[in-house]
Amino acid sequence: MQSASALQKTSLNETHRAAGGKMIDFGGWDMPVQYTGIIDEHATVRNAVGLFDVSHMGEIEVRGPQALDLVNWVSTNNAAKLQIGQAHYSGLLYEHGGFVDDILVHKVADDHYFLCVNASNQDKDFAHIVGQNRFDCAVDNAGPRLSQIAVQGPKALATLQKLTQTELAPIKYYWFQDGEVTGTPARIARTGYTGEDGFEIYISNDEAPRIWRELMQAGEEFGIKPAGLGARNTLRLEAAMALYGHEIDATINPLEAGLSWIVKFDKEFLGKKKLEEAKASPPKRKLAGFKMTGRGIGRDGYEVHINGAPAGWVTSGGPAPTLNLNIGLCYVPVDKAGVGQSIQVIVRNQPVDAEIIPTPFYKRAK
Amino acid sequence: MYPDNFKYTKEHEWILVEGDTGTIGITDHAQHELGDIVYVDLPKAGTVVEQGKTLGSVESVKAVSDIYSPVSGEVVESNTELTAAPERLNSDPHGTAWLVKIKLSDPSQLAGLLSAADYKAYLGE
Repeated sequence: MQSASALQKTSLNETHRAAGGKMIDFGGWDMPVQYTGIIDEHATVRNAVGLFDVSHMGEIEVRGPQALDLVNWVSTNNAAKLQIGQAHYSGLLYEHGGFVDDILVHKVADDHYFLCVNASNQDKDFAHIVGQNRFDCAVDNAGPRLSQIAVQGPKALATLQKLTQTELAPIKYYWFQDGEVTGTPARIARTGYTGEDGFEIYISNDEAPRIWRELMQAGEEFGIKPAGLGARNTLRLEAAMALYGHEIDATINPLEAGLSWIVKFDKEFLGKKKLEEAKASPPKRKLAGFKMTGRGIGRDGYEVHINGAPAGWVTSGGPAPTLNLNIGLCYVPVDKAGVGQSIQVIVRNQPVDAEIIPTPFYKRAK
Repeated sequence: MYPDNFKYTKEHEWILVEGDTGTIGITDHAQHELGDIVYVDLPKAGTVVEQGKTLGSVESVKAVSDIYSPVSGEVVESNTELTAAPERLNSDPHGTAWLVKIKLSDPSQLAGLLSAADYKAYLGE
């Protein structure tokens, strides 16, 4: 454990402390895990609107006439399909087919792509992309100068709209617009990590505390609350969204992670050869969702048994506040990953019954 | 906040001794650190426990925490109502959300536990 002074801080650190956020060391960042309580914050995002500081996330800008070539070489999804103002989810892979990271790719212009990457991977990602840059692109690590605030929930649009002239309703899911929030330049993306409608806004560090404060005021009539990383995790787990270091890492390829939809084999990319080999041979394991049927909570890293024998592990698990169930994601052999399959999660050396169920666990009504 | 007639441990359990029986729970500090408590695992009546050994566990949304027995003895009653309403540990940790009652096998162990003043000092309050 690093001492508090060695931890990295976002531009909103003082804001969190003043608001009573409970701070933890999150991968080297001093971040709020909760304010009022995880269950309360989770429900606020599902029913109204919550505010997350996700400024610890990294941003990498790729510019140049061959920006598309570099982005398409290092990522699995086909960025050539993106229109200006559109974003998609993608994977950065090693040559061996495992994940460097999972990322969002935004097309700003024909010669400009904006990548949003995981906090604890940003230096590694930057070095990886620079190392693959035989396209003479300018690759810029924009993370240190940008803050990111996620406004999430059914009242996110109504809240944010009060603070911007940019018309939000026409922005479709996974599209973005460069506009302004409170008169300050902002990249406004209709993306999120909660399973709800919402926006992620990218702004400069020095404006972030003021914009946060104004968002809290704008959302007051809807019951807006700041939400911490605890609720962010329970929300994304209900939506069955992958978290690097849990569902995916350097030892996992996108096919076994259930992410073949972000792999486009009709183009060249780093790691493609290994993925084609993996595709040709029968896959060994698969990511599946489960719910606990016995008394106990399956958690990250717990062993999974089937018929008394070790069969896999829980990647993420815990209570699902919206569903009032204990749920999780796990890797199990492909032939044992079907809905209805009984499994046992080893909780404190005791097998506890669970059952494979469909994912996502939670899907918002449209 | 921390009753004077309780004894405390550095692992954030409390015990209230009446006669030869001790009622055991977790402290307000413990519930606050854990956050929303969603699960509790308690030993059945008749279970023999040892001082400092695992008595059961409490889980919040985010974390799992073992409960260590402040004393040795035999569990005479376990708070089964808590199993159905673990969130009570957040609202009333020093009262209705007690965990177990234990018949003490070695009351001299109590002398080694913290007083309310010691515990508060330990927490830095």
